[in-house]
Amino acid sequence: MAEPRANPWPAVLRFAFLAALGLLFLMPYIWMISASLKPLDEIFRASLNLLPETGGTLRNYARVFENVPVLTYLWNGVVVCAGILFFQLLFAVPAGYALAKLHFPGRDWLFGLVMLGLLVPYHVPALPLYVGFSWLGLLNTYTALITPSVISVFAIFLFRQFFKALPDELIHAARIDGMNELSIVWRVILPNALPAATAFAIFSVVAHWNDLFWPLIVVTGAERATPALGVLTFRSEEAGDDFGALMAASVIMTAPLVLAFLFAQRRFVEGIATTGLKG
Amino acid sequence: MSEAVVRARPFVAARGEGWAGWMLCLPAVLSYLLLLLLPTLAAVLLAFTDYELGAPALNWIGLGNFQELLGDRGFRISLRNTLVYVGIVAPVSIAGALGLALLIEAATRGRALFRAVFFLPVVSLPVAMATAWQYLLHPTIGPLNAALAQIGLAGPAWLTSSDTVLLSLAFIGIWEAIGFNLVLFLAGLTAIPRELHQAAEVDGVTSAWERFRLVTWPLLGPTTLFVVTITMIRSVRVFDSVAVLTQGGPNRASEVLLYTMYTEGFTFFRLGYSAAITLVFLVIVLGLMLLQTRVLDKRVHYG
Repeated sequence: MAEPRANPWPAVLRFAFLAALGLLFLMPYIWMISASLKPLDEIFRASLNLLPETGGTLRNYARVFENVPVLTYLWNGVVVCAGILFFQLLFAVPAGYALAKLHFPGRDWLFGLVMLGLLVPYHVPALPLYVGFSWLGLLNTYTALITPSVISVFAIFLFRQFFKALPDELIHAARIDGMNELSIVWRVILPNALPAATAFAIFSVVAHWNDLFWPLIVVTGAERATPALGVLTFRSEEAGDDFGALMAASVIMTAPLVLAFLFAQRRFVEGIATTGLKG
Repeated sequence: MSEAVVRARPFVAARGEGWAGWMLCLPAVLSYLLLLLLPTLAAVLLAFTDYELGAPALNWIGLGNFQELLGDRGFRISLRNTLVYVGIVAPVSIAGALGLALLIEAATRGRALFRAVFFLPVVSLPVAMATAWQYLLHPTIGPLNAALAQIGLAGPAWLTSSDTVLLSLAFIGIWEAIGFNLVLFLAGLTAIPRELHQAAEVDGVTSAWERFRLVTWPLLGPTTLFVVTITMIRSVRVFDSVAVLTQGGPNRASEVLLYTMYTEGFTFFRLGYSAAITLVFLVIVLGLMLLQTRVLDKRVHYG
């Protein structure tokens, strides 16, 4: 560890290499933003200039807001992510607590089911779920977008592991105070589960904001399209060769999570590091 | 101890911990059965039928779908493309992430910044990033080929030529995966006690490479094993970039498993056939998990 002081070159080279590679990594963002600010003729000129030569830089954004229901897409993203997360926590926290701290017949069997559920990617039940929602006439609804994800075996698993480490005395004290199991879950366990819940929330929101597969299957119109589907629809139907507007739309749909990430970077990264398991 | 306390409470004692346990699990159990277990079983059963959406009836055709899959050139290409994609994305993104993690860990400044930069693709909307890549890789107006032209090279039509399309998609896949793996490796590296490196140095292990080989690498074993499996499973699931950029083309050169399953099921509504592809996909994922627990596990030294 004394080497860097004696010879600064390895550290400088390391930094320069990382900086150059980092810049390469940022290329899609740089070009996306740059193209979103350029008028069409400049985009099609294949120049390496990043800044637009002529004015009117926000025209692409104005065009997107005029022609595309961007706010609807963003709102749908918020509704779907919030709805999914709400039910995931509502179902998984009590189950995780019961599996970690209560003794009841069939508990090990239930935990086995959780482990089994971890093995199945969400694409597998998709076909029958689609048939079911189509029978029920629920395609193109928030219900169809939210329902399949309300059960997260991964959340149950995560919370169970987390609650196992909580001291039993905490629960005993609550019982002596006269709490029933349900109020123990929401008033004693949940406040203690906030780190795990935050980590899981980050994972869940990233996954569902960005998901394309399921919305592509159950959504048929713009009124229920999520951000991912919104960009895809805009690409295939309206944009044609309007790269500038397409890039502006991409910037708008990517911005919420990227900004959230930049503000809460540490939590984000730790969240993925602890819940990365599921992928 | 716990049971004595439980009995002291009339409410819990009346129905017992078993009642409370099942009640608390009930919402999860019901939704699990309804939304996960039954649909998964239904998907497995569907794979052995000729069910098509809108058809009045369905027939049990046994292994018929799988026989058709074997003879289906499109499916064979799709399977091969998926394996090639995983074969490129997994090793490059794992080795790249490990290298980056070691460099960032050793860096004296800018660690948080670099971690953020390389992680950014993980939180960025894949559909939007794919459109950005489409622009970057565009043969005539894209900056990549414009840059190549500056040094006198004619770049290929990255996403529209069957020679380069899979490679281009794999490149995007690597870009997306590296930050995720990097964070897992960084978490693994911080768990290694610094004293071990110092002890190695005292013992005469002075070169950085030897320290890595003798100390870091063995202790990083469990993390690496985890990263290997998770990366392969994640890249078997490649879908977004294909759906956005190529729709499997040109000439099926970028057709991958999930995309074939999607088109057969949700464009042609051949649900039975699509379910058979889903089953192949599931078997591959389960196989990778088995690989993790059975084969690879034995070669890892747990610290």
